[in-house]
Amino acid sequence: MNLLNLFIIALRSLNKNKIRSLLTMLGIIIGVASVIAMLAIGQGSRDSIENQISGLGSNVIMVFPGATFRGGVATAAGSAQSLEMDDLEAIRANCPSVKYLSPVARSGGQIIAGSNNWNSSIRGVYNEYLDIRNIEVESGSRFSEMDEKRASKVCIIGQTVAENLFDEYTDPVGQRIRINKIPFTVIGLLKEKGQGAMGEDQDDIIYAPFSTVQRRMRGARQNIQQIFISAVSEEKIELASEEIDELLRTRKNISMYEDPPFHIRTQTEIVEMFTSTSNTMIVLLAGIASISLIVGGIGIMNIMLVSVTERTREIGLRMAVGARSKDILRQFLLEALLLSLLGGLIGAAFGILSSKLFVAIMGWPITVSSYSVVLAFSFAFIVGVFFGWYPARKAAMLIPMDALRYE
Amino acid sequence: MKEQDQERKKIISVKNLSKIYDMGAVKVHALRGIEMDIHEGEFTAIMGHSGSGKSTLLNILGCLDVPTEGKYYLDDADVSHLDKNQLARMRNRKIGFVFQTYNLLPRTSALENVELPLLYNPEIRRKERKERAMNTLELVGLTDWSEHFPNQLSGGQQQRVAIARALVNDPVIMLADEPTGNLDTRTSFGVMEIFQELNRKGITIALVTHEMDISKFATRNILFRDGRISKEIIIKNIKNAGEELKKLPPEDEEME
Ligand SMILES: Nc1ncnc2c1ncn2[C@@H]1O[C@H](COP(=O)(O)OP(=O)(O)OP(=O)(O)O)[C@@H](O)[C@H]1O
Ligand SMILES: [Mg+2]
Repeated sequence: MNLLNLFIIALRSLNKNKIRSLLTMLGIIIGVASVIAMLAIGQGSRDSIENQISGLGSNVIMVFPGATFRGGVATAAGSAQSLEMDDLEAIRANCPSVKYLSPVARSGGQIIAGSNNWNSSIRGVYNEYLDIRNIEVESGSRFSEMDEKRASKVCIIGQTVAENLFDEYTDPVGQRIRINKIPFTVIGLLKEKGQGAMGEDQDDIIYAPFSTVQRRMRGARQNIQQIFISAVSEEKIELASEEIDELLRTRKNISMYEDPPFHIRTQTEIVEMFTSTSNTMIVLLAGIASISLIVGGIGIMNIMLVSVTERTREIGLRMAVGARSKDILRQFLLEALLLSLLGGLIGAAFGILSSKLFVAIMGWPITVSSYSVVLAFSFAFIVGVFFGWYPARKAAMLIPMDALRYE
Repeated sequence: MKEQDQERKKIISVKNLSKIYDMGAVKVHALRGIEMDIHEGEFTAIMGHSGSGKSTLLNILGCLDVPTEGKYYLDDADVSHLDKNQLARMRNRKIGFVFQTYNLLPRTSALENVELPLLYNPEIRRKERKERAMNTLELVGLTDWSEHFPNQLSGGQQQRVAIARALVNDPVIMLADEPTGNLDTRTSFGVMEIFQELNRKGITIALVTHEMDISKFATRNILFRDGRISKEIIIKNIKNAGEELKKLPPEDEEME
């Protein structure tokens, strides 16, 4: 019997038991939908993390004080004092692969402008920081060398901060504000960056000269919370990180075999770290989804076995008028396949739809990749063949006379 | 009569055919050395007590079963030792089988039921299939019922659809196992009228029946007893089913 006729027969027999067919497909529908949705969520969060990390800036290397954590336990009695201003200058002087560098001092607090007030975080940075992180100033100016030397009370504010402190008719540049009661002059307004990948507001930030924040707001402590560095090029990131590591070890008298009281993270490393964790998550989610696909497959097998038993006389008759075992096998296999593929189709539609719904309702970042649809479909196909085979074979192995006499 | 036999082609030739059902503890000898020929154009009725082996023989003749011993030639080919696929092909090309219980596919139109055997013949295209099925339905007088489902047809009509299905592949022989077993006298005669018409057109028929009335419509009767042929009768004055049908009392009288 040719394929078209087999197809018509299979389609009809599914059509005769609509509700049953639908219920049978449900397992596959749920399986495929969840594979697609989960892969979409996984892929989406991965993409957004990658985006965010690349949003860090160009060729970024970060140096933190304190020991690297291994297995949740600090391996060296980490001192938060391990990075000093001298270290910073030494890096600038001795590491040829380093282009820009800037220490970061973090603070935060209440900002008052006239009768408006707002809470935000304040970062004390060098002018170079803006280059490392590709931060652009929309209006006004950046810091001058004098600002850093004198610890001038000047700042550059983000759009959100500006919106909350000033009305739309006021140009923030040149305005006086008070940060934790200290008077500052706004010298620049940052270009809008929008929402970060994790949903945070990247415009809710204030930058001030490093020395200003370090001395005036953090109580003149000498330690540095973080150093942002950019390598001269992407290829030099690794080299720069090695240069910094070697230099800092020498300065602090720490051999290559000891754990240093600082750690260095490159942008590439961070990307790898996040993608590997999101990879594990994807594998985990896909595992769960494939279990539901297998359960769906068992459902198909179950119904196909029932169908074979119910239609034993039909099988007997088909054989009596000339159907070979092969024809019967194909007929039932195609039916199982149609069930799983149709389920796959509906499931794919549901998966894509629910992914979109997720985006709309939860605001989660989601990417439906075509490969996940292909993957889910081929999985449904394999499930159909695998679980349809046994019932189809059972049908094909029937002896015509026995099948015809079946009560 | 003998001379006439030799002129006609042998459609079926059975030599020393036996069938033993091995039931483990007991062996049932359903057929014990059957010798029988069926010639082209013959209308054979097989009679006999229940359990005498009629169905067993018919199933073997219909290539639905294989003999334990002996030879079976169908249309000059030895089919006693064919494998499953070859038997399927034989059934598809050479045999038309009519069952007591019709065995139509439920929720499938009469026309599609008739088409069924042709679906398993890749040489026949869709257009020809439809045409042949329609023509065969016409032969059994069901042109107007082609789109009806079996559950919308009477028993007699269903059996006529089954006859059309058995005819559609242009078989060398039509086999029918108690085709009127489930029908009342009037409907049975109607079905027999069709068999007789087909036989007159040259179609070879062999049927199994319990009823004497029915066997008198055939050209030849074979009597079975305990797996053997006990008697063969050539019917001299063959009854005409159409005429017998007219002789039956009108339907409403029959009701009383
Ligand atoms: N599949 C089978 N397995 C075992 N024994 C069988 C089988 N089919 C038939 N028989 C036995 O073979 C013998 C002949 O059966 P068969 O059906 O050919 O009789 P029959 O003449 O058609 O009877 P009836 O008029 O009741 O239909 C019986 O004794 C029966 O029990
Ligand atoms: Mg019988």
